[in-house]
Amino acid sequence: MLGLGLSCLLLHVFVVFGTELTFELPDNDKQCFYEELEKDVKFDIDFQVISGGNYDVDCFVTDPQNNVLYNEKKKQYDSFSHTTAMKGVYKVCFSNEFSTFTHKIVYLEFRHGDEDPLLQSMTSSTALTQLESSCVSIHEILKVVADSQTWYRLREAYDRTKAEHLLERVTFWSIGQTVLLFVIGIGQVMLLRSFFTEKKGSVAATT
Amino acid sequence: MLSTPAGVLLLLAWIHPSYALYFHIGETEKKCFIEEIPDETMVIGKYRTQLWDKQTSSFLPSTPGLGMHVEIKDPDTKIILSRQYGSDGRFTFTSHTPGEHQICLHSNSTKMALFAGGKLRVHLDIQVGEHTNNYPEIAAKDKLTELQLRVRQLLDQVEQIQKEQNYQRYREERFRMTSESTNQRVLWWSIAQTLILIITGIWQMKHLKSFFEAKKLV
Repeated sequence: MLGLGLSCLLLHVFVVFGTELTFELPDNDKQCFYEELEKDVKFDIDFQVISGGNYDVDCFVTDPQNNVLYNEKKKQYDSFSHTTAMKGVYKVCFSNEFSTFTHKIVYLEFRHGDEDPLLQSMTSSTALTQLESSCVSIHEILKVVADSQTWYRLREAYDRTKAEHLLERVTFWSIGQTVLLFVIGIGQVMLLRSFFTEKKGSVAATT
Repeated sequence: MLSTPAGVLLLLAWIHPSYALYFHIGETEKKCFIEEIPDETMVIGKYRTQLWDKQTSSFLPSTPGLGMHVEIKDPDTKIILSRQYGSDGRFTFTSHTPGEHQICLHSNSTKMALFAGGKLRVHLDIQVGEHTNNYPEIAAKDKLTELQLRVRQLLDQVEQIQKEQNYQRYREERFRMTSESTNQRVLWWSIAQTLILIITGIWQMKHLKSFFEAKKLV
């Protein structure tokens, strides 16, 4: 019993269903993530650029033999699905090399394989009662709800950074334009005065 | 009788836990990840490091003596966790303010020789909210049947969804304030700039008229 308990404790350290990461990609930089996958495993990659510059990034995915599975330039968000043809290390890379001074914040979700059963005893081969299958349906639907919330959270973050950026630019240009107005207004008058003062002086000199 | 579970235990102890994604990090490089989470949410991060070995031209399974420094900042950029861990580490924190938390990792290596190959492979797995719950442990502690455990999982999921919805309301308010602030500023600056233009125009004309009259050109 103790052994079973202990093994149950250890069993929670298992192959993870999916990872979400939000990271910063500095300008002129490339960031790669690697994942070791078995053969015939379906994986999904979702990415979104949340903030920075034109809100776009280059992304490419390669398989263990360096064949390019997906290659897109300057995308704001995209989704990519693939079933692995061979076992090995798959690579997802994001590149901000086209940008000279804006750093981007990118959200990445990498899902692969099937979800682990709740308890090791709950394998898919055991027949489920009606209650249990209802629980399974509710669980799947709630996962969809949680995914939808993540999507909205990211869109909101994107819109919010854009709005904050807009506020910054409006403030900066308003102050800049006011200063420019004063400088030009006074400058024009000064310049005109200087034209007429010289002419008057030269006219007086010639007579 | 006891040998089978013990055997399973030994087998599992030998198999390396394979975490999710991994990436490469330089010696002095600091890698930061952002987690936007509602309040009272638990986050568990697990990492494993491997060092490039030039002799065998491969990554060593684990690196003794090499540690990673983990620093976690809350949305107000206050440090809530700043600790050194070994080459394999597990850190956990619970958010008290909703917002963007920043998790930064950098190696504490001071010896240049360790990074001769320049690459440190870091396996990272960050789980948030109800994904942090260890269901086998909960089942054993509260003595729940399978059905009760499933229902517990559903309850946790729904609780997390509710927290996220509250957080969304708070975010929408912030967004609305920023938009309204922009709107106000655009309005006031437009009015101010029009007034400045008119006043400057009038002043210019008046000043020049009096200047030309003084110079007896008009």
